[in-house]
Amino acid sequence: MSSSAKVIAGLIIFLCLITFPVWYNVVGGKASYTPELKIISEEKSCVESKEFMRIEHMQLLDDWRNSVVRKNNRTYIAHNGKEHNMSLTDTCLKCHSNKTEFCDQCHNYLEVTPTCWNCHIVPEENKL
Amino acid sequence: MGLWFSLFSIVILVLLVVGGVEVFSWDSLFGVLIPYAAFVIFLIGIIYRVGKWAKTPVPFRIPTTCGQHKSHPWIKANNLESPYNSLGVIGRMALEVLFFRSLFRNTRVELMDGPRLVYGGTKWLWAAGLAFHWSFLFIVIRHLRFFTEPVPFFVNLLEGMDGLFEISVPTFYLTDIVIISAVTYLFLRRVVIPQLRYISLAADYFPLFLILSIAITGVLMRHFYKVDILSVKELATGLSTLNPVTPEGVGLLFYIHLFLVSILLMYLPFSKLMHMGGVFLSPTRNMANNNRMVRHVNPWNYPVKVHTYEEYEDDFRVKMKNAGLPVEKE
Repeated sequence: MSSSAKVIAGLIIFLCLITFPVWYNVVGGKASYTPELKIISEEKSCVESKEFMRIEHMQLLDDWRNSVVRKNNRTYIAHNGKEHNMSLTDTCLKCHSNKTEFCDQCHNYLEVTPTCWNCHIVPEENKL
Repeated sequence: MGLWFSLFSIVILVLLVVGGVEVFSWDSLFGVLIPYAAFVIFLIGIIYRVGKWAKTPVPFRIPTTCGQHKSHPWIKANNLESPYNSLGVIGRMALEVLFFRSLFRNTRVELMDGPRLVYGGTKWLWAAGLAFHWSFLFIVIRHLRFFTEPVPFFVNLLEGMDGLFEISVPTFYLTDIVIISAVTYLFLRRVVIPQLRYISLAADYFPLFLILSIAITGVLMRHFYKVDILSVKELATGLSTLNPVTPEGVGLLFYIHLFLVSILLMYLPFSKLMHMGGVFLSPTRNMANNNRMVRHVNPWNYPVKVHTYEEYEDDFRVKMKNAGLPVEKE
């Protein structure tokens, strides 16, 4: 009798743990949230295509940093042959100066903590 | 034999997804239906197996012990090695589940020159097993960032620990490296050690290959052939809020990963991986060694019908009196 109570208690604990995402989202009530990126730029296109930037931007920024800091090479030749200045502040943030409405949208949503701002100053708009 | 069968099974499973997603674009089958079905089978399977074990009668207490049994107060009892109360059982079980204490005692017999028989400890299986299980747990918890919104604080904490060294962008997780090395070791020991190879079956190789493929596809998706994790999270939260969606262009690699995880979930309750629940239901581990303190009644003891002398006398009192036999009750 007491052993079956223990087994049922164990199973209930297991079910609670395994269904954590389900009830956590119900309790939190924010799971339907999807990030919205606001682009406030005059430019028609980014340095690379939207699809490329979407999945490879962190790699690109890392390559840029290595190129600038270690090789003193600031010229980036994009896949379409166009030349760009490798600079987070002067190139990226020129268009995407709205960190909270652009960068943070996906980064917060996916719990990503980029190390950009360890060295770089957070753009003006974020200062309070 | 079992090795090749398992390897080809994995290849066929992967080809199934490639065909299904690339040729027929059955995105909702692989992204929604199979994961849901797998999860339901997983839950029902676990409950079924645990229920079946729980219903099995245990005729007497059979804890395995390797410490001093509790007896006289002046003999020091070892509650962890020979638990005499629930606290001891819980303590021993916790150490078993969290640190695989009994596997730590794994020994090997070797015949040295002389001839001399030598018993030595071997900790490799224990170390690789522990590394593998803990990494797996960390990885599962880390994946909550895809299934929950807002992401709970402990997921972030764990990610910070896991990506401590910030190697490459995105950060290499230490657990990814550990799990792949540990599973590779667990596989190689089955192939390299002849005795182990002899006793290894498809049921041993298949879970190893399955978990290794899951880990490898995961690492590939994160570092080499990146997928759009925004869509991944949309799909994952869709699943966890019972409001499934299949966003465009999630990527084939993701579907392979998800399908293999679904296979793992479905396979788990009906395979040796069920040791996940079984460890808690092992009579040799979950009972206290208190045979001399507590009476343990065999649950299948047949209720024997007895006819006492008093009842006998009640039945035959008159006849006994008439025959002049002494009776206890008048």
